[in-house]
Amino acid sequence: MTRYFTDKLAKYIVFISGFTSFIILLLIALFIFREGLPAFSEIGVFDFIFGGVWRPGIDQYGILAMIVGSIAVTIVSMIMAVPLGIACAILLAEVAPSKIRSILRPAVELLVGIPSVVYGLVGLVLLVPLISNIGGSGFSILTASIVLMVMVLPTIISISEDSIRAVPSSYREGALALGATKWQTIKGVVLPAAKSGIGAGIVLGMGRAIGETMAMIMVIGNSIAFPRFTFRCRAYTDRQHSTGNKLCYRHPRERALCYRCRALYFYITVKQRSYYLP
Amino acid sequence: MRNVSAKQTQKMAMAGIWGGGIITLLLLIVIIGYVLIQGLPAVNWEFLTTNPKGGLSGEGGILSTVVSTLYLIGVTLVLLVPIGIGSAIYLSEYAPNNRLTRIIRYGIETLAGIPSIIFGLFGYALFVTVLSFNFSILSGALTLVCLLLPTMITTTEEALKAVSYSYREAALALGTTRWQMISRIVLPSAIPGIVTAVILCIGRAIGETACLYVTMGGSAAIPSSLLEGGRTLSLHVYYLAMETNAMDKAMATAAVLIIIIILINALTNWLAGRFQKRMKGLL
Repeated sequence: MTRYFTDKLAKYIVFISGFTSFIILLLIALFIFREGLPAFSEIGVFDFIFGGVWRPGIDQYGILAMIVGSIAVTIVSMIMAVPLGIACAILLAEVAPSKIRSILRPAVELLVGIPSVVYGLVGLVLLVPLISNIGGSGFSILTASIVLMVMVLPTIISISEDSIRAVPSSYREGALALGATKWQTIKGVVLPAAKSGIGAGIVLGMGRAIGETMAMIMVIGNSIAFPRFTFRCRAYTDRQHSTGNKLCYRHPRERALCYRCRALYFYITVKQRSYYLP
Repeated sequence: MRNVSAKQTQKMAMAGIWGGGIITLLLLIVIIGYVLIQGLPAVNWEFLTTNPKGGLSGEGGILSTVVSTLYLIGVTLVLLVPIGIGSAIYLSEYAPNNRLTRIIRYGIETLAGIPSIIFGLFGYALFVTVLSFNFSILSGALTLVCLLLPTMITTTEEALKAVSYSYREAALALGTTRWQMISRIVLPSAIPGIVTAVILCIGRAIGETACLYVTMGGSAAIPSSLLEGGRTLSLHVYYLAMETNAMDKAMATAAVLIIIIILINALTNWLAGRFQKRMKGLL
């Protein structure tokens, strides 16, 4: 009889652990709303999102600069990463002989594995002086975008490659039999068929771009001047304030605002999720 | 005429595609090459076996950060592996196709999309302040568990799903209970895949910075208990580069990190390849 008991017990244990992730998600949501909502009513959604100045000392709490910074860095890095990523995905899935693929694939996987501090460090030591030759201090949207481009590249490549591979080969054979060149086949048949998968890869890459913290803080500079700031840097700096003080945050309201940034961010993540989920 | 232009476009397009691949490869070579060339000369036995001085001096080695990293990974795995495997078993073996399962899957996928710093702030609010574990290995590990759970679950589920159905049917036909079938047949066959999942998680844990920065503090000493803070290798790189400006030491630490990551990648690929071969051989 005991094995039936074990069977039942195992079923419940496994069910509970299956539910853990959802509970964690709920907890995260709970903490965001508990801490963030009171601040929302205090300053108002509009002033918060469209306020250009973040200066807790004089009671100015606007995250517009961070939003602009986030969007600018994401757009510039995607402009660089998308063509490069799709070209590389086509190479891997359609063009390259298997020998070259066996070099390039692990390389792309290695790019995923490199820690973001290392990207930040290389950006800081190698890229920042390079960009400062062009002008400015080198800590800029451009520097951050280049670092981010390298970081989102593997995401775009591997998901695009998978979706290009998933296109049935009869499509290609049909196009080639009609006399199309290889490029015409890829452009006219394969890419349109893989469109949705490539789109998903781009959206996921953007998710990684928006969420990246450490590499960004290292190369974008730590100013709250207008377009140089992003969400994550703000959240990060809030923690810095907290370490200098025995209290949780230097300013109770600032702490609430930090959570409000998170609330907004969380909302974006959930929205973005629901966009590319089946 | 038309034919010629089609051929020319073909040539140009192929040049572009190859160019894309070459640029990607070059980026990797430049990054890894630069870190190794700048960093490796400073890596020696002394560097690996002395503690960092901490504070604002960039002096010393990396011993305590290695110990903290191992400590953190150990605690994380103790919690992560059972929950992750249990969750994966539920999803692949028990979960009926209903609303509840969809909710669970939605939870896992949303969790996978939340960036590390948000987990960090969550961990800071819950573990550091509310549960008052302070900045400690424990807070860091619990936060990491939340962060890595989606990776662990999805990779383990893949491994479980790769086990042939005929195995399960054969076991059940012999009169085993469902749990006996899972624990004696499915799990043992999926072990290489599960090990791959664990190694993948270790790799991510080693590279993680943002969520640990806000939950672990940055003590440079060797932690003596779970409730003491510490810094991992990648946190150490950050502190050296941003707070002490000791770029040479930062590069050396980064070189050690990159070598570890390359080894972990190679190990994962090897294991995954073996697992696939085994599954194919068995099918």
